[in-house]
Amino acid sequence: MSNWIKTQNNEKIDLNSIPTLEIKVLREEIIKLCKLNMRPIGFFGKDWGDNTTKLFVVLADDNNGILYVSSSIFEFPANNYESLTPEIPCFHIFEREFYEDFNIKPLNHPWLKPLRKNQDNYQFFKMEGEEVHEVAVGPIHAGVIEPGHFRFMCNGETVYHLEIMLGYQHRGVENLMLERPSNQLAESISGDSVIAYNLAYSQVMESLKGISVSNKAQLIRKLALEMERVAIHIGDLGAIAGDIAYLMGASVFGATRTLVINTMLEFSGNRFGRGLFTIGGVNFDIDDEKIKRAEKIFEKVECDAKRMVKTMLKNSTVISRLEKTGTISTEKAKEIGLVGMAARAAGLNLDSRFDFKDKWIEELKIEPVQIKGTGDVNARFKLRYKEILQSFSIIRKIFARLKECTNEPVNCGYEALNKENSKDSFAISIVEGWRGEIVHIAMTDEKGNLTRYKIKDPSFNNWYGLALAVRNNGVSDFPLCNKSFNLSYSGNDL
Amino acid sequence: MMRLLFNILIDIFAILFLPFLMAGIIKKTKSFWSGRKGASIFQPLYDFIKLIKKHLVISKTTTAVFSLAPIISIAGVFTASLFVPLISGSAFWNLPGGLIVFAYMLGLVKFFSLIGAMDTGSSFEGMGASREACFTTIVEPAFFIIIASIMALSGIYSFESLSKLVLASGSYGILIAIFAALALFLMVLIEGCRVPVDDPATHLELTMIHEVMILDNSGHDLALITWASSIKMLLISSLIAKIIIPDGTILYPLYYLITIFIISMIIGTVESSMARIRMSRIFEFIFIMSSLALIVLSLCGVGMFEGLGG
Repeated sequence: MSNWIKTQNNEKIDLNSIPTLEIKVLREEIIKLCKLNMRPIGFFGKDWGDNTTKLFVVLADDNNGILYVSSSIFEFPANNYESLTPEIPCFHIFEREFYEDFNIKPLNHPWLKPLRKNQDNYQFFKMEGEEVHEVAVGPIHAGVIEPGHFRFMCNGETVYHLEIMLGYQHRGVENLMLERPSNQLAESISGDSVIAYNLAYSQVMESLKGISVSNKAQLIRKLALEMERVAIHIGDLGAIAGDIAYLMGASVFGATRTLVINTMLEFSGNRFGRGLFTIGGVNFDIDDEKIKRAEKIFEKVECDAKRMVKTMLKNSTVISRLEKTGTISTEKAKEIGLVGMAARAAGLNLDSRFDFKDKWIEELKIEPVQIKGTGDVNARFKLRYKEILQSFSIIRKIFARLKECTNEPVNCGYEALNKENSKDSFAISIVEGWRGEIVHIAMTDEKGNLTRYKIKDPSFNNWYGLALAVRNNGVSDFPLCNKSFNLSYSGNDL
Repeated sequence: MMRLLFNILIDIFAILFLPFLMAGIIKKTKSFWSGRKGASIFQPLYDFIKLIKKHLVISKTTTAVFSLAPIISIAGVFTASLFVPLISGSAFWNLPGGLIVFAYMLGLVKFFSLIGAMDTGSSFEGMGASREACFTTIVEPAFFIIIASIMALSGIYSFESLSKLVLASGSYGILIAIFAALALFLMVLIEGCRVPVDDPATHLELTMIHEVMILDNSGHDLALITWASSIKMLLISSLIAKIIIPDGTILYPLYYLITIFIISMIIGTVESSMARIRMSRIFEFIFIMSSLALIVLSLCGVGMFEGLGG
């Protein structure tokens, strides 16, 4: 397949080896591959000098763990192309982003609205009828959450359609990354996925610099990632309980989550793990004594979480709220390209930890979670619970393995940080955070400077899924649906 | 004369402090069930005092209706309380047919809080108002059926009749009393905007019923509204107390306090152990009250036929 170059997760390729196709050819190729069960994880432009823009496309083959990269050039005055969305709907959000950033118009795109910039003249979808009414919520919300505007088109208590307008958190992270790339910046992109973002950044930079990380550091990174998953999932179970006014759940999960993040504090000096990772490894070693303490705490956390979830799922009033609320079917999930936890709950088999295997999955004998993907709040609730248990089993295995590699260094020192990037390179890193896959793609020029840094948060794909999930639900069920997805505003707005 | 004065004084005490205490006990119970220490049971009173001292912020889109609503709320529940036997065991004014004045005083309060909410022009508050109005249309007839049939059975046309139930009508009366008390307890949950109908602790505008209607209120207006809704809960609980506590006992005030205490604890426990019902299913819950009312009606009917009345 000379139209594409194959690569793998955390691997560096030569920028010049990426094929450049006619946009029409590329479009046909994308449609062909997407029909073969591949999906886009990158579709973004880069300024190519002299008024030209280069479009890069990265498709993921989840079944074989292979990534396909290709590109096309738009030379001035060419500024449009035939949209992919009518054929492959999951491109809709990527094309909107590309249009917004480079002003190259996808023709016949059904929903070409601003994504995160230029929201002033946002044209909302309109619904007319005597009993139809609109409810506008936000951008400032009653809770301590991020800003985002939601507009419901309702008939009485039933939501016909929800339109989500984001962009209030746009900080220009991708450009900041070029000016001053650092772990501190990477971990600040989305506050609830500190570890996952930092890991993706570290890995992509390590691929560019050609640094290998010691086993011990890799294990500590995996440990931190799973701890983040446990902490956020438990917190969200509590938040779901709070939203349906099930008080006991809210307070028990709140208390157990604190134990997990306090353990992270002990490991890294920060409850969310800020400052734990560095390029080339991790900043803090974890000794046997800390492991022993953590093991004890996690045992208690697991026991508490198990008991609380069982109590909740025995309560009929809880089940009646969770079941068949915010349902998204498997077909729809696939069509709009849902990723991560939400996709698995809808019956898709997508987990980049297993799809793009690293050596630890086999060595630690980690098994994917099995769940009946009904796609409702209930499924997401149960999936989160099962992932908590899975993460605890991974954490236990990591602790056991960590004890074997005591004498290894945990990082490569300052040389690693100052090492130059490879020239004219292109690297991709995919990390399965608690919400789903976080994709970082970096490119360097002939001097080794970063020239493009692309970030894709799972929320980028999943916000539209939330909008579909609340259709035909009660407007008062929206907070519950929202909390079961718990998408990131800042991850989308960047 | 002294006795009457004493009764009035303790009733005033009840109306001033018991609503806050009730809210405090509910909160304390909830904290207990969630394993927390919780705030003092006087916290709602402190909050009230704090709110009284605060400035008002009034939205520019509102009219006089908005400012009038809190005053009418508190005046309405005060007037309604005249007809209800509180801690002293006898109502200030045993007006025959006081039931109707009582019910429509509460209706007036509700009407003004509804138009006060709609006066702000916010789509949320309109939504909350429509929900609240829906529930009232079902609760009100049920309430009338219960109280009026008990009155018809006992032949006394004030709330005094409730206390005659247990003694005068024997085991029949006890049966009626149980169903009536249960129905009124559901009414406390519905009118008091408690779980499983409403969640007083939520911050989610889209799920609120009562809370969303007072989003724009602040300062002493908000204080009056929260006080009025606590008094409303106390009044309905007082009716339950009147049914349960044996007539003519000298220890009525003590029993009354115990009953209110227990009711508050039950409300707190219900709130801790249940999730809130889905909005579209709340009607099914409210219809339980209607069914209980019909049971009371038929029992009273049979009772009257058998000549068990007072």
